[in-house]
Amino acid sequence: MPLVGAVVLGIATSLLVVAQAVLLGRVIAGAFPGGKSLDEVSGELWILAAVVGARALCAFGFETSGRLGARRVVGELRASLTAHMLETRPAGLRGQRAGELVTNAVQGLSSLEAYFARYLPQLVLAVVVPIVILIYVFPHDLAAGTILLVTLPIIPLFMILIGLAARTATERRWRTLSLLSAHFLDAVKGLQTLKANDRAQRQVESLRETGEQYRKETMVTLRIAFLSSLVLELAAMMGTALVAAAVAIQLINGGLEFSTALAVLLLAPELYLPVRMVGQQFHASTDGLTAANECFEVLDTPAAVSVPAAPLASPDPRMGPLVLERVTFAYEGRGEAVLDSIDLTLSPGEQLALVGPSGQGKSTVAALILRLLDPQSGRILCNGVDLLEVDPKAWRQHLAWVPQRPTLFSATLAENIRLGRPDADDGALAAACADAGLERLIDSMPQGLETRLGEGQRTLSAGETQRVALARAFLRDAPLVILDEPTAHLDAESSAEIGDSIARLSQSRSVLLVVHRPALAAAADRIITLREGVVVDRQVGR
Amino acid sequence: MSAAAPPTPELDRWGALVRAARLVSPRRGELILSIALGAGAILAAVGLLAVAGVLISKAALRPEILTLTIFTVGVRALAIARALLRYGERLVSHDLAFRVLADLRVRFFERLIPLVPEGLRGIRSGDVLSRFVGDVDTLQDLYLRALGPPLIALLAIVLLAGAVAIVLPAAAAVLIATMLIAGLLLPALAARAGRRSGLREAPARAQLSSELVELVSGAAELAVYGREQQWAERIEQADAKLAATERPGAWISGLTSGAGVAIGGAAMIAVAAIGVQATASGQLDGVLLAGIVFLTIGAFEAVVGLPDAAQRLTACAQAAARLETVTEAPLPVSDPPSPAPLPLGGALVLEDVCVRFEGREQAALSDVSATLEPGSRIALVGASGAGKTTLASCAVRFLDPSSGRITLGGCDIRELSQDALRSAIRLVSQDAYLFTTTIAQNVRLAAPDADDEQIIAALARAGLGPWIASLPEGIETLVGEEGAEVSGGQRGRIALARGFISPSQIVILDEPTANLDAAGARDLLSAIGSERSDRRAMLVITHTVEGLEEFDEIIVLETGAVVERGTWGELIAAKGALARLSAAA
Repeated sequence: MPLVGAVVLGIATSLLVVAQAVLLGRVIAGAFPGGKSLDEVSGELWILAAVVGARALCAFGFETSGRLGARRVVGELRASLTAHMLETRPAGLRGQRAGELVTNAVQGLSSLEAYFARYLPQLVLAVVVPIVILIYVFPHDLAAGTILLVTLPIIPLFMILIGLAARTATERRWRTLSLLSAHFLDAVKGLQTLKANDRAQRQVESLRETGEQYRKETMVTLRIAFLSSLVLELAAMMGTALVAAAVAIQLINGGLEFSTALAVLLLAPELYLPVRMVGQQFHASTDGLTAANECFEVLDTPAAVSVPAAPLASPDPRMGPLVLERVTFAYEGRGEAVLDSIDLTLSPGEQLALVGPSGQGKSTVAALILRLLDPQSGRILCNGVDLLEVDPKAWRQHLAWVPQRPTLFSATLAENIRLGRPDADDGALAAACADAGLERLIDSMPQGLETRLGEGQRTLSAGETQRVALARAFLRDAPLVILDEPTAHLDAESSAEIGDSIARLSQSRSVLLVVHRPALAAAADRIITLREGVVVDRQVGR
Repeated sequence: MSAAAPPTPELDRWGALVRAARLVSPRRGELILSIALGAGAILAAVGLLAVAGVLISKAALRPEILTLTIFTVGVRALAIARALLRYGERLVSHDLAFRVLADLRVRFFERLIPLVPEGLRGIRSGDVLSRFVGDVDTLQDLYLRALGPPLIALLAIVLLAGAVAIVLPAAAAVLIATMLIAGLLLPALAARAGRRSGLREAPARAQLSSELVELVSGAAELAVYGREQQWAERIEQADAKLAATERPGAWISGLTSGAGVAIGGAAMIAVAAIGVQATASGQLDGVLLAGIVFLTIGAFEAVVGLPDAAQRLTACAQAAARLETVTEAPLPVSDPPSPAPLPLGGALVLEDVCVRFEGREQAALSDVSATLEPGSRIALVGASGAGKTTLASCAVRFLDPSSGRITLGGCDIRELSQDALRSAIRLVSQDAYLFTTTIAQNVRLAAPDADDEQIIAALARAGLGPWIASLPEGIETLVGEEGAEVSGGQRGRIALARGFISPSQIVILDEPTANLDAAGARDLLSAIGSERSDRRAMLVITHTVEGLEEFDEIIVLETGAVVERGTWGELIAAKGALARLSAAA
């Protein structure tokens, strides 16, 4: 528990701070007005050195344990996030914003690290150090103690005020900066377009003008926003100044020993310091809390697919038809259902094409059959078994899927193809590559199947990626294949070639082909048209 | 296209930093003011402690209370001065930050203009441009956060040590030595120790992040193929690897923090010892002893910010060096010293145009000739990679041909100023960019004076009439960040509307049908072919061929060379390349 360590080290640090002040006070008071020589105070100086050494050790332990502890917390959170993504929401959190949310929540965890490593330990110090110092000061000098006690709360008070003002000013400054940055990025990315339209020079003026305009506007708000930190600074400084004056009067009245007076004065700035440092970590705290909230928002999203407590054995799509019965599905946060009570049957070995304009729920049908999503009402049955009664993982073992935009993982080409069957031997792999028309690509690469793909490595074109996904499906050798727009992003020639592969893949398998190009659908046994979430047209192909 | 820039040598990095620093007019007055205010704030805080020490030392002698008035007033004045100086410093420095940033953006944008797009061939990608923007933003720290703190620290150290030296020179020496150790040596050692682990940390972080991105995009496939467990482990391993590279950093920062406390403590003890000795020997007035020790304790505030400043300085140097890899790229084209006047009207003629890119065996274009008469429609057809876009780039001088020439109204386009040429020939490129603003503003880019009606008409001609009519805010609808809120097809058509609304004599449309379905593509091309209300010439680059029936000429390119040309009827009858493309669709 990093926080327990922080509290223990915080208390130790506070005691050492007091000890240091007391010792230094005695050394100085010993020499003046005590008139002691260096030898006579050397004992105290050595103890002082030991105290400083102990403080240094505490500082080391405080920083190191804080950072290591924070890293552990972040590692654990990251693991739960990835597990959540993979196990319960594999189809993602609908929409692009959701993808961003996940990425932010996962990568944004570093700001959470700063929160645990810096902000929380500093908060501990800000509580512990003033308490220990006040316990020392009060019995010795009531006036100084009172001054410290009264001025100290001004700092957190104004820090809260700054925090509130931050919503209007400090954050406005951040917003302004990110706005200006976005404006600049926009101009740089669009520079080719600006040039083609003879507008590049004018953009220079615009950059200059917006920068100047935002500067003026923001400075007006900053002038006011910085006033709260002015008060904060004033409280800490005036507190020290007043303590000095109070202690001086006590000394003149003879109510205080000089060495104690020195210690009290030395402790005044030490009392304010950790409280002020908390303020410096303000951004770490807000960023950290934002990241934490995003993180929990993701973790709290309910599972998209239900896993039964006592699952039935998975049905085999070779043994009986796959039936969608009055299936309705709507995405969260969108009122209208994407699929409205549709019925659909896919017999074993049948090739069924699902056509219709984009955005009509075709891919949703695929996701439902893949059990990446569960329907809100209606049933999906295979061989008479409701798929909701089956463990999704067991069911998916019967499926192969070629998505619209397949993902290539950073791994070798072979490992990418083996995704669906990690134990496949080289012969099966080669056959799958041949069936998917990948041979030419493999021959063109010096390392062939062992070529590494992914960031900074070899990249593949849309057509090549599609073939890799097809090879995955071939190697998987599953009885039910779902092809989602396999040629949507390809030119005419490439799609014609991939069409041949698809025809081979369809032999002796059940196939659901989601497509908007009529040429591919024509080869299917049956064509079903989906429009506005309803089946409008069934026709027999061939 | 080898994208990775070679690692920049150390020396070059600092050279780049100096050049970048000169690039921004230094705004010396404001900078000096901000440094003076910063140093003043530190001196006031340290002075407060020192004067307070003297005050109570005098009080210990129990004098008349009135004799201390000057000191009690002094500490309060210093307290107020400290707060006001900090306030002033923050205002001045923030104002300066905004100005410097605006200067930097303008300067670097100006240097980028002549390079885009062809000058950045090979290093060009969305990534490079984003990094460019990020690097410019990093440089804003140069004056305030990288160079400012050391200058403030230097000023404060000199003044403080000077003040101490007047009464106790040995203490001043200790003060200077320990502050240099804490402010320079310690951070340098920490940076050196951290560099190794930092070098291993960056790739580990990059790997984790790319694994995560893959996970987000490929989670569904992993689930379908039952590989969740394996990938969770992969992420866990990448995370553990990153954690391992980060661990030395935690130890180093702990050691630095501990060493900082130790050095400050050592200075305090040393000055106290020297002071006690000097007091005993009568060299130092005893009332000053506490003040000098307190001053030493406070003085370390001056060097607190230095490690951060050193980090930022390094970051600035790296950013400056990376920026130079972009800005120092050779200019792809340049304006003639005295440009010829723009010919009004006349044909665009390509004569035996050849383009070769460095490091490629095959020419991108070889001996392409064509004539685009006013009012005519020409289609340039071919598969991707046939050289169509290169040809368009030559026509607007993003690029000059390796041989051959291009003339407009009989004048070689290299004799014209680029701006004039691009006002006469408007290219609507395949990857036209949508700016984060309204539809209207995006179209108006091509014709700044156009009114709303003209914009609506251009959008309608581009096939967006019904869509615009269906939008509650019509043409004032925002397109989102980089056009994220509109579909690919709509994006292409908005760009197309730019071409239609522009007053140029010649318009080149590069793949206007890229994101359209077959029917939409055919309708668009046949509308362009048949609509001839003005004298404007259009060159359409396309890989879809349906709808080209009424074009005056169709030129088919294959790997950079013309393989056939003629009207639709002629080429279909010839049963050549165009006929094959038409059949494949």
